[in-house]
Amino acid sequence: MSDNGLAETASLDRIRGWLEGPNTYGNSLPFWGAFVVGVVALAAYPQLVGVYTTIQSARYFALAFLALSLCFIWGYAGILSFGQVAFFGVAAYAFGIIGLNFSSATGIMAGLVGAVVVGTAAAAIVGYFMFYGGVRDTYVTIMTLVIALVLNTFMAQTAGSEWAIGAAQLGGFNGMDIPSLTLGVGQTGFELERAALYYTLLGALVVTYLGLRVLVNSRFGLTMVAIREDEARTETFGYNVPFVKLVVFTVGGALAAVGGVFYGSWGNYIDPTVFGIAFAALPVVWVSVGGRESLLGAIGATVLIERMRTELSSGIGPIGSEWALVIVGGLLLGVILFMPAGVVPTVADKIETFRARRSEKGQSTPPTEEAVE
Amino acid sequence: MSTPQDINVRQQPAVAATGSGTDTILATKQLTKEFGGLTAVDGVDFSVTEGEIRCLIGPNGAGKSTLLELITGQLSPSEGDIYFDGNDLTEMDTHERIDTGLSVKFQSPHIYESLSVEENLRVPLQRTDRPVEDVLAETLDRITLADKRTTRASELSHGEKQRLEIGMAITLDPTLMLLDEPVAGMSVDETADVAELIRSLHDDGMTFLVVEHDMEFVRRISEQVTVLNQGSVLTQGTIEEIEANEEVRRIYLGEDA
Repeated sequence: MSDNGLAETASLDRIRGWLEGPNTYGNSLPFWGAFVVGVVALAAYPQLVGVYTTIQSARYFALAFLALSLCFIWGYAGILSFGQVAFFGVAAYAFGIIGLNFSSATGIMAGLVGAVVVGTAAAAIVGYFMFYGGVRDTYVTIMTLVIALVLNTFMAQTAGSEWAIGAAQLGGFNGMDIPSLTLGVGQTGFELERAALYYTLLGALVVTYLGLRVLVNSRFGLTMVAIREDEARTETFGYNVPFVKLVVFTVGGALAAVGGVFYGSWGNYIDPTVFGIAFAALPVVWVSVGGRESLLGAIGATVLIERMRTELSSGIGPIGSEWALVIVGGLLLGVILFMPAGVVPTVADKIETFRARRSEKGQSTPPTEEAVE
Repeated sequence: MSTPQDINVRQQPAVAATGSGTDTILATKQLTKEFGGLTAVDGVDFSVTEGEIRCLIGPNGAGKSTLLELITGQLSPSEGDIYFDGNDLTEMDTHERIDTGLSVKFQSPHIYESLSVEENLRVPLQRTDRPVEDVLAETLDRITLADKRTTRASELSHGEKQRLEIGMAITLDPTLMLLDEPVAGMSVDETADVAELIRSLHDDGMTFLVVEHDMEFVRRISEQVTVLNQGSVLTQGTIEEIEANEEVRRIYLGEDA
């Protein structure tokens, strides 16, 4: 092997060192092989299916950001928020308001940034009062849900023409129009729709997933896990626990806000049901089913459950969405009863046990790579 | 620890307080804690001198653990002040107090059960500016858990968990180590191990405040003993003086004088 090849291997090892660690599943070469194959398959997917399916898939990706936001704060820091949809929805509304008032490409780009800032700031403010006010555990869950429901009630009564911010009518239950994401400067822009939106979201999702893997396997990730495991003890090692939780919650809010902007611009529409209890419950279901401590599990569960819901309601009409609720409820119940850690962690542990047993049997052959942790 | 000289590099001089002069490192002044009508700690003037192993003994309900929690900030005092190494701790949050050079191990093991032994040690260690890998290896040797580095903490025995938690606490390289009943529930051998661990850390310059029930263990490690009774300091002195004190024998050791 040439020196160049050696150097490449060394830098690949370094990148794997950042991405891998005890806080994530999938720390082996086969995993990364499968990951690359999966991403390539998703990139080829729009070529294989119709425009309709491509557009629907972009929606699942937008929702996956919401799932990642909950997975990150709940799975890694033990903060169960039932109101991540609040930051998701606030960002979607903020994006619409800015985009409708400044409808140039520059305005919409500013709207993207502005909306994420607004959603993130909302999470920071809520987080500050909760964590510095000593609100913990179940009370965080209740309080975040209440915040979402209050927003639901408030936005529902904004139907009158007095509820307008510049050119943007909030519209109450009728909802608000939202411009498409547009890349560009001034009046010349490229609207991200259909396949373009799909690829943008896929790329953003892959980058976000890898970024979160680096974060949860870093020193900060270990701090988050320590707080999840024993908050009081972590404080007595000198950690400023309320501050760390505030940072975690704010990052979670930012992820939800990014998802909200994507979601709003995907459908060119947002309404107060985004703050409702039915939608607020979905991220908890996705993350519980996929696995609280598995970022990829959360993404996968979101895509599959949402696809199932869409297929059911478009396939057999309105009764389909009723059935979807029953199935989602049954799925949650089943997972909590039989796989309390979620599907991905349970399966990964099974694989690890299997590998350990196999390597015990054939003692002379050492395992070829680090076991899936 | 490996760098005992670090311990004495503190900017401010130690607080001159009630105790034996300028080398007093921890001092409480008229420290009082009331829970409703009950006064758990009642105007305690108490001090620890730099470099000593001070044991705090007393019958159940004497206020020992409450005093410890007042020092670490788990509880805030009704009255009185706490000084440590030139700092007034009274109004500080727990994490700020730790940063002044305190470390604590409470009575029941509070380790991160789902993490490995190594990760458990990394949690406190990664906050310090000490060389992480060196201190990690050295601490694992010290608490004799080097062969269990990758074991999940939940799989450790009770004694190993206690040793691990002491290990976690000492990675902070504290000026003063607070231990609440470090050998509670331990076998004779495990107790001997912990005594040896404390003595060796003390030889390297660490100061200890140990709350303890087990008089045999106190005799093993201690130089100076303070007796607490009903929230007040009854007396203090060397272990021989304490054991000879008739009032202590009557109240604490349950003997008729």
